[in-house]
Amino acid sequence: MRELSLNVMDLAQNSISAGASLVTVAVEEDLGADTLSISISDNGKGMSPEQVEHVTDPFFTTRTTRSVGLGVPLFKMEAEMTGGSFSIHSVLGEGTTTAAVFKPSSVDMIPLGDINGTVSMLVLMNPDLDFVFTRKLRLENGEEREFALRTLELREVLGEDVPLNAPDVTQWVNEYLAENTAELLGGAET
Amino acid sequence: MTVKEMAEACGWKLLAGEEGQDNEVDGCYVGDLLSWVMGRAQAGNVWLTVMGNLNAIAVAALADTSCIVLCEDSALDADAQKRADMQGIPVYSCSPNLYDTAVQVHEMLK
Repeated sequence: MRELSLNVMDLAQNSISAGASLVTVAVEEDLGADTLSISISDNGKGMSPEQVEHVTDPFFTTRTTRSVGLGVPLFKMEAEMTGGSFSIHSVLGEGTTTAAVFKPSSVDMIPLGDINGTVSMLVLMNPDLDFVFTRKLRLENGEEREFALRTLELREVLGEDVPLNAPDVTQWVNEYLAENTAELLGGAET
Repeated sequence: MTVKEMAEACGWKLLAGEEGQDNEVDGCYVGDLLSWVMGRAQAGNVWLTVMGNLNAIAVAALADTSCIVLCEDSALDADAQKRADMQGIPVYSCSPNLYDTAVQVHEMLK
């Protein structure tokens, strides 16, 4: 896809289709190691070992579970094209974790894109589900920076009467993500 | 015009999917970013690309392109070849680049 954030949106939709109540998206950049790691974890219904084995086969997925489509095969291919790797771990009844490591210096690297927009959209479109978004940056000098958005905490602060898709909440989420991203990336060449 | 007629006229070599050679050609699409092609190539298009992997076969199946032409002698993976045969999606190979091949297709469709 033209932005990795679109892959994240696609994979998070898989999690939601799998009945997840909590979806965790983690984006971790390591400038010294030249890696960008993205993982999407959920507590959905999970998959059998047989399903996991076939999940990167586009024909298996497009034929038997239309909702999955080419998302996973493309995510895997995009990571491997940069010299990175892909993994999927799933347990029936417990959930699924899909993870990919990219090599950002590769000429075939696809830009991360608007990951904040993706996270904000996921929260806005699924106000009854919970999301955890963590973003971490390790600089070449070893300094680590990170921030997280946890809708469970947000829900506790807001109370039961304010839905997570209320316009003011969306605006707050957008500003929180933008401010923390700017702080995280400040002075760092990514 | 069928895919087979165009392939013969343009000098393309068949790599897989012989069964689909009677597909009718309707236009042409050029692209390598599979997710992009998936949403934009039209049914019947001759699809010119350098991506000869299994995902490309899946994109051709979803978009219902009439065939895939792998330009600049780009390779077709073994599992992709097998699947293209199963799906009856013709995959050809040619030496010219995407642009020159697109010009050839354009001349044929005039």
